Amino acid sequence: MPRMTAEQALHRALREEMHRDARVLLMGEGVATKRRDLVQDFGAARVRNTPLAEAIIAGTAVGAAASGLRPVIDLLFAPFLTYSMDALVNSAGKLRHISNGQFAFPMVAMSLTGSGWCVGAQHNHNLEAMFVHAPGLKVVMPSEAADFKGLLKAAIRDENPVLFFTDIGLLHREGEVPEDADHVVPLGEAAVRRPGGDVTLVSYAKTVATCLQAAEQLQARGVSAEVIDLRSLKPLDEATVLRSLRKTGRLVVVHEASGLCGIAAEIAALAVTRAFDALRAPVVRLTGPDAPAASSWALEQAAVPQPEAVVRAALDLVGEGREMRRNAAIA
Amino acid sequence: MSPSKTSSDSDQDGLRRLETMMLIRAYEERLAELQRNGAPGTCTSVGQEACAVGVIEALDARDRIVTNHRSAGHLLARGAEPGRLYAEVLGRRDGYCGGRSGSLHISASALGVVLTSTIVGGELSMAPGVALAQQMGHGEPGGVVAVFFGDGAACEGIFHEAVNLAVQWELPLLFVCENNQWQAFVHRLETMRDDAIASWARGHGLPVERVDGNDVDAVRAAAVRAVTGIRADGRPRFLELVTYRLRGHVEPDDQSYVDATELARWRERDPIGVQTARLVAEGVVDAAGLAALKRRIDERLDAALAFAHASPWPASETLTEHVYA
Ligand SMILES: Cc1ncc(C[n+]2csc(CCOP(=O)(O)OP(=O)(O)O)c2C)c(N)n1
Repeated sequence: MPRMTAEQALHRALREEMHRDARVLLMGEGVATKRRDLVQDFGAARVRNTPLAEAIIAGTAVGAAASGLRPVIDLLFAPFLTYSMDALVNSAGKLRHISNGQFAFPMVAMSLTGSGWCVGAQHNHNLEAMFVHAPGLKVVMPSEAADFKGLLKAAIRDENPVLFFTDIGLLHREGEVPEDADHVVPLGEAAVRRPGGDVTLVSYAKTVATCLQAAEQLQARGVSAEVIDLRSLKPLDEATVLRSLRKTGRLVVVHEASGLCGIAAEIAALAVTRAFDALRAPVVRLTGPDAPAASSWALEQAAVPQPEAVVRAALDLVGEGREMRRNAAIA
Repeated sequence: MSPSKTSSDSDQDGLRRLETMMLIRAYEERLAELQRNGAPGTCTSVGQEACAVGVIEALDARDRIVTNHRSAGHLLARGAEPGRLYAEVLGRRDGYCGGRSGSLHISASALGVVLTSTIVGGELSMAPGVALAQQMGHGEPGGVVAVFFGDGAACEGIFHEAVNLAVQWELPLLFVCENNQWQAFVHRLETMRDDAIASWARGHGLPVERVDGNDVDAVRAAAVRAVTGIRADGRPRFLELVTYRLRGHVEPDDQSYVDATELARWRERDPIGVQTARLVAEGVVDAAGLAALKRRIDERLDAALAFAHASPWPASETLTEHVYA
């Protein structure tokens, strides 16, 4: 399998899907400038530079999707999505239902998010949970190069509007990527990145690597951690999380977005509502703060959960779990 | 405003236009009546019937329409069944959207009425995409897309984004601004200069016409010019139809905030009155003919309402249907 960066994997996916389906078109601020080869191969009609106007880019994609095309729009940095939110949330997400299924909205909105480039709060904002909250939308956020390709292809082939978030910090990270043009990673399937029996670490995007590092350190201390990469936030693979939890009884959820009403809160709720009997310790959430993203490198790092924090949380749980069992035995 | 009767117009066409306008008026007045008795609120288009009828008549089966919250006129002019519209407003299963839309965002893909948005400006954001799909071969050959929006929507930034993109990408899109002087409870002259909309549009470099929106023949003639132009060169056109919202913003609404003199002045220019006077003066119709028209419409709407009331509520199990494909 060839090695390539997430960015290259995304480009592969775009190229292959445009080749596979003539209805796929790409629009955005500079996409035709930056992806010359796609313009050359598929024509200017299908790779379009747009004005600097996110609302009309997204709205146009919505109208086009409802009328027979399969647009992919590149909205650059996630904070700019707020300009396009009306089209995405109120139109793409709702009009299928409001129209009683008369229209479908097969479209993908791509954007960059997360720390790593010190670009500051107006270019870095983990907005994924906001879109998870909007009915009718799907949300993906991969961590590995192979998934960048496979999930983007799945998103393009999906009949629903999909928000595709690329963690900036992963853009240039390399991985093995299948060359297969049908390497499609289904939406809604989490991946177990590392099996383990003592504690479940659930994450997505950049912090999956954080959890893997933590798992290494935990191993050295005799604690076996299972690491789950959600990949797709909506639909959410509840089964994989629950299966792991039934095995380990301990859960740490880790992400970079702020915690209030976030993905970790949802996973914690899933655990207590669906696997309460299996829990051997309280659920721990490690998330970013409720603060605009920092631009200073030091502050940016401080805002993102680090492996040490995950290790500490996991060790606490293991200890606390023993404590709880002992108390139960005494009572 | 330009002289309206064109040589291709027959008396029958004029009468048909009158009947459709009367149908829209009667349909909405009955709805307002229902709303006094507890049905969900509706934004009527009373006073704007000539806009709907004039523009839709310039379109044909190839063409598609994107509209907004004040859409009953567009739908009826396009041939929608009043019974299914009433059923939709009442939230019943036989409505055009199975009762999921209510009155504010009814779409009917079979009629080419796509993507109705009640987010002011949402219709403008989506219309270029529908026209882009048309341009790229995903509509009926030769089709154009018409988007209806209000003067309030013209104050949204998305108005400029949409017009600019349509011009730049040469989209087969007809912008139809029904300037009814009101933006919910704000008179438009509080938010814009008198000639703002046409000037803004002209500034984007597409052909613009500003016509009397209460004269159905004038509207139709302008719309025909615009649509013919779009079919010929594939480029967008812009119509501003100057009209007036004779009823309140959303039913019920006592219009206590409306200047009585202004309202009275526009009532004299009621599009149905204008067209009736014209046809009577030309000897096309007389009092008996008008009464017969009215009777026919009433019977049709009686049946429509009976149909809607008889339609069942959607089953609660369907609450989460059609959220995802
Ligand atoms: C984005 C948005 N803001 C406000 C509203 C509330 N609202 C509904 S209709 C309306 C007036 C719109 O005026 P205009 O565009 O002139 O259309 P008209 O109702 O006069 O036909 C308003 C403010 C809305 N639906 N959407």
